[in-house]
Formats: sequence, C-alpha cells, structure tokens
Amino acid sequence: MIMQFQEQPQRILLPVRVSFMVLTIVMALLFNLLPWRDSAGVPDLVAVVLAFWCIHQPRRIGIGTAWTLGLLLDAGNGTLLGQHALGYSVLAFLAFAVHRRILWFPLWQQALHLLAILLSVQLLMLMVRLAAGAGFPGWSYFAGSFICAALWPVLSFALLAPQRQPELVDENRPI
Amino acid sequence: MELQPPPFFNRGPAPLVRLAFFISLAILLMVLDARFRYVESVRQVVALAAYPMQRIAMAPVSLFNGVANYFASTATLQEENSDLRARQLRAAPDLLQLGALREENRQLRALLAAQERLTGKSVFAEILYAGRDPFSRKVVIDKGSQHGILAGQPVIDDVGVIGQVTRVHLLMSEVTLISDKEQAIPLQVLRNGLRAVAYGGAEGGMLELRFMAANADIQAGDVLVTSGIDGTYPPGLPVATVARVERDAAYAFAKIYLAPTAGTDRYRQVLVLSGEPKAAPPPETAQAVQKPAKTKRVRKREQ
Repeated sequence: MIMQFQEQPQRILLPVRVSFMVLTIVMALLFNLLPWRDSAGVPDLVAVVLAFWCIHQPRRIGIGTAWTLGLLLDAGNGTLLGQHALGYSVLAFLAFAVHRRILWFPLWQQALHLLAILLSVQLLMLMVRLAAGAGFPGWSYFAGSFICAALWPVLSFALLAPQRQPELVDENRPI
Repeated sequence: MELQPPPFFNRGPAPLVRLAFFISLAILLMVLDARFRYVESVRQVVALAAYPMQRIAMAPVSLFNGVANYFASTATLQEENSDLRARQLRAAPDLLQLGALREENRQLRALLAAQERLTGKSVFAEILYAGRDPFSRKVVIDKGSQHGILAGQPVIDDVGVIGQVTRVHLLMSEVTLISDKEQAIPLQVLRNGLRAVAYGGAEGGMLELRFMAANADIQAGDVLVTSGIDGTYPPGLPVATVARVERDAAYAFAKIYLAPTAGTDRYRQVLVLSGEPKAAPPPETAQAVQKPAKTKRVRKREQ
C-alpha cells in the first residue's frame, strides 16, 4: 500500500494521517447532504471516498465504518433505514476484495473497476427499494456512478497529495 | 489448521463473515423500518447526529440565496411588486365578500346543526430542499416538532395542496408530495360533485384517478378539490385539473390523468395546516342516527 506503482518516478508514499481520512469523509458527507433540486444523477461522493480509502488503507477502514456512514446518510436523507448501510457494506467488501490488484492498473482502468463496483451497489439498492414497494426512478439514477468513475483519477490524485509531500524539506536542494 | 496466522497478524473475523454480519443487520433494520415502523426512534437519534452537518451543508446555499436576493435588480423587484399589487387588487372583491360569506355560512351551518368546520391554525414554513431519495417524491421544510408540526398534517401553497407531513424531526419535517407513488388523496370534481381518490406515481409527476367507470362524467379541464371525507385534508382545497381522459372499451375503467395545481418548484413558501379538521362520522354511527346522515347530504350539495 505504501508503494504507488504507477507513479513516475516511482516513489514511496508517506503514511496516511487518520485526521485527513476523517476530514475527506466528512467533506464527502457534507457534499451528499447538500440540498439538490433534483437528486437524480448527483454523484455519490461518500461512496467514492469510501472506496478510495478501502482500497488504499484497508487496515484502517472497513465494512463497519461503511455501515455506520450508510446509516447516517439514511437518517439524514430520509430514505429507507438500512438501504445505504447495506449498499456501503457491500461496496467496502468489494473494494477490499480488489484492493491488492486494482493499484497495478493505470488510473483510467481503475476507474472502470470502480464503475463496475458502484453500478452493482446501485443495482442492489434499487432492488431493495423495489422490493420495499418504491417505483423505478428512471435511468438517470445510474448516471451518478458514471460521473463518480470519471472523477476517480482526479480524486485519487487529490487524496494522495498529502502523502506525496517530502517529510523533510531540504532548503539547499536545487529541485 | 497449522496455517493459522500468529496472533500479531490477526485481523479479526474474515471479511466475508463481517460482510454477512453487517448485511443481516442492515436487512433487519430495513424490514423493521418498511414493514413495522419500529425504528423511528433510532432514526430520530441518528438524524439528530446528522443535523449539524445538514445545517453546515445548507450554509453555502442560504448564503448564495442571500447574496442573490441582495443583488436582485430593482427592476425585478418593482415588476414583482406591481404584479403582486395587481393580484391583490383582483382578489380584493372576493376577500371583502369572504368575511360576510363566512359569517352567513356559519349561521346556516348552525341552523342545520352541522359540524362547524374549523378555520384552523396554520404554520408558515419554507422548503429547505427536495429530498435526496430518488425513489420517493418528498421535500423537507424548516419547521419541526418544536413548532408544533405533527405527522399527517396537510401542506398547501398559495394555489393548492402540495402534500402531507409524513415524518417530523425536531427542527424540520418531511413532506410527501401528492405525486408520490404511495400517496392517495380523496377528491371531488368541482363541476358535479363526483368523488374519487387520486393516486400519485403516474409518469411526469402526474396523478391518476383509478377505478372510475369508463362512462364517468369527467372531462379534460375539470377542476378537482379535496372532498374532506378522509378527515385529513379540509374540504374544498384545489388539488389538480384533469389533463387527459383515455376511455377504452376493452377496460371497465377509464384512465384519467391529473396535473397538480400546486408546484413545489415555483415557490419556497408553504403553509402547514395544523387545525384538526373533523372527520366524517364512521359508518356505524351514521347508520344508527338517521338525522346526521340527512344533513350530511344537504351539506354536500351545498358545496
């Protein structure tokens, strides 16, 4: 996990700060709780950030955290209690299942992996809601996953940036 | 068995086991929520934890709205002002007559020994945001149980009914719109007094009148108002107009689609009616006592 294989030049990342992980998750939660006029097609940032940390830091974050975050979103958004908890637990599990392999791919192929994971989670939540008696919300419901997958390269760069900084800044070094 | 990891590599139960545990917990919660509504208290507590974050998330939006309002050009304001004045003027004769009519109506009702319809208190509220659940049609308003909102109260805007309060939090509450799939509202055709029940969930945010006979006297353009027989909505509030009627000889029922009068995407201000309207008496008492049934019929024709 310390090595980032696709980096040019290959470099060793600093260990992650837990406070930064918490901060990014809280920011994503705030994004998800933003008031939208039309909620169809809004990217689910909590899911992407959760998947990112489950892939990069599987020892620090896992299914339990994902479940709790899902419950928080369910209560905050007034959806069926447990719907996002279920979805995010499965998301965390799938991210954990691919976390050793996915980092060997270039970023856009990682995004394809993520797209498959996000779509299957959305499909699961859709099936749960249909079973509970809701109507089909239309195909734009799945648009959020595509936007999330497109955001993956940017997000991976941004979320890894603090770990790329040199620990000791050498004033006399030319570069 | 000899391949057990030493204790310092131990990472708890296997991921699959953990997943199974949390999935069953989630399914348990969902069943309790959807079928039995047992977990409302859990939801209240978790929602209270999410509330500060919701307020923070609301802050940039309200700030933007405030700035936008501040910089709204005087031209727009003047235009709006003159428009509002014109509307007030147009409504003035009706308003002036309303007091006299209400008094006359009260006396007539007293004469008929009819139940006096409550004028009712109402709470002014503002729509905070549309619900983020794509599976249901809800809006969230900025008044909650602290302001005396109760679940079940009807919500209207200036042109008609928009829905019903379905869940109350401390400082805000959720309003299910009449176009939601699980929402039904008893109506009456203004033209001929025909009663029906409208269900939400038709495509394009429309309502649907189900189980109306194919030869029912309903035309496109008919105005439908609440009939008030459910005891939830006060009678006479405009709800929808008939958009189109499909009569097919192959089916016993006509397909009638309604366009809602009120729109939540236009104004942010709504009114929660908190006066408890009196329900029609249940059938047993109506049968046992003959007289109230008769007065009820008279009242219906009068509307």
